[in-house]
Amino acid sequence: MNTKVNLAGIEMKNPVTVASGTFGYGREYSDFFDLSKLGGIITKGTSLKPRSGNKPSRICETASGMLNSIGLQNPGVEYFAENDLPFLRKFDTAVIVNACGSSIDEYVELCKILNTLDIDGVELNLSCPNVKAGCMAFGNTYEGVKQVTSEVRKVLDKPLIVKLTPNVTDIASIAKAVEDAGADGVSLINTLLGMKIDIDKRKPFLANNTGGLSGPAIKPVAVRMVYQVAQAVNIPILGMGGIVNGEDAIEFMLAGANAISIGAGNFIDPYTSINTIKGIEDYMKKHNIDDINSIVGTVQMN
Amino acid sequence: MAKQEQAKLMKKEQLKSDIYKFSVQAPEIVKEAKPGNFIEIRVSDQTEPFLRRPISIYNLEKENGILEFIFQVKGKGTEILSKKKENDLIDIIGPLGYGTFKYDQYRNLGIIGGGIGVFPLYELAKCAKKDNKNVNTYLGFRNKDYVVLEDEFQSVSNYLTITTDDGSYAKQGFAINFLEKDIEEGKIDAIYACGPLPMLKAVQKLAIEKNIPCQISLEEKMGCGLGVCLGCAVKTAKSSKDAPEYWHVCKAGPVFQAKDVEI
Repeated sequence: MNTKVNLAGIEMKNPVTVASGTFGYGREYSDFFDLSKLGGIITKGTSLKPRSGNKPSRICETASGMLNSIGLQNPGVEYFAENDLPFLRKFDTAVIVNACGSSIDEYVELCKILNTLDIDGVELNLSCPNVKAGCMAFGNTYEGVKQVTSEVRKVLDKPLIVKLTPNVTDIASIAKAVEDAGADGVSLINTLLGMKIDIDKRKPFLANNTGGLSGPAIKPVAVRMVYQVAQAVNIPILGMGGIVNGEDAIEFMLAGANAISIGAGNFIDPYTSINTIKGIEDYMKKHNIDDINSIVGTVQMN
Repeated sequence: MAKQEQAKLMKKEQLKSDIYKFSVQAPEIVKEAKPGNFIEIRVSDQTEPFLRRPISIYNLEKENGILEFIFQVKGKGTEILSKKKENDLIDIIGPLGYGTFKYDQYRNLGIIGGGIGVFPLYELAKCAKKDNKNVNTYLGFRNKDYVVLEDEFQSVSNYLTITTDDGSYAKQGFAINFLEKDIEEGKIDAIYACGPLPMLKAVQKLAIEKNIPCQISLEEKMGCGLGVCLGCAVKTAKSSKDAPEYWHVCKAGPVFQAKDVEI
């Protein structure tokens, strides 16, 4: 039985990764299991300089999901390279750095540094809904995505995956921009912009008013978007959005994802990613599938 | 190091109409837990409600692996939790939080709690008394209907002061007034506090004015409870308007030095 996948040039022992911002830099979850069991780890969104993040409250629970407005709090790439990367490298798993910035120059400077580090690839974050400058501001037009991705491509030799926002009218055209700019893969979806109101105070729960919705509540939207993107581009897809078990993961792969990420699912059970790997294997046994790659994009539309 | 355990509910007690005390068998968590730590409970194996509930530890029985926690039914999650029956298994992660109560270097402790914030102070008082500290405890409640755990705190305190805001039980006034009086008489070396935000702010101000070390236990809405989602942010005292700096209640806390945080 083969569970190995190649995502945009990154060899992984299985298609299960953990999504940016839901796994830190791995330390906390290493208390629970051997990180080498994972196909890959996508790090917390990391910027050129440290970022302090948004004012609290930053989190609130919603129906089968949650809203967050963290604001990309992170210690910066220099700190990451010195303190977190050596730790992550102790494990036999792909390390993909989620890179975020506020301007094209910042993305380029950051990726120049990332290009020199011992990492397996970069996930370019053009989709965070919780910061004022950069990210989603680039990520919601074909031109914006193409421009940032092209500039980064010039300085980055490592596999380049671009993470897309679902907060657009036509996600397939945005994915096409990624492909046209020469990136190696796309990942989707980032969170959906949402809001929750405290009806007693008549104010939004989040200090930033709006936040990104994640969790099982968004899964059908994510599966639909993965399918649409799979029809539009030929580069590999890292699919995510509400996956909490093997069955969810299989759904994304049938829609066209070559690999998947567990996001908010990590919060409800530290073993969600490990159980998802097992769930995928169980599905393969049940359906006599020798190679997990053989099911990618095989959904039969009505 | 945090562990996940399917902890058996050994004993369930209803302390008030909306307050429950659970005793669970969680030997792995109990072994490493310290006063001030908290746990995260998954109340349902479905995805609704979605997130775990952070709950403070009330009492640890190191010798038999029993962990006790007390909670108030406030919403959907605690409502489901309150319906668990004895012998049910409860999915718990813990012990959580690197910021715990420390008292080794002090002799005369002033432990102050308000309302449902008194629960995490019991284990602190118990351990401190066992370590021959002079434990002065001040617990404030709204009125006599809200007073809980008086006998329990009596047994782990050298001096216990109970107050009610309206004087309907014990002493009338705020607990902090009685703490302040004892500080002025030189009876307190260090303060430990947990309770509603206005009380914590008043205690923080008092401690800074009197130059007495003070540890406060905070709460904030949490995503993961482990320090990865960075949701439960608290501003540090070093923050300036243009350069805010945040720690996280679940990791750096839940117990902080009062002088280090802006609440």
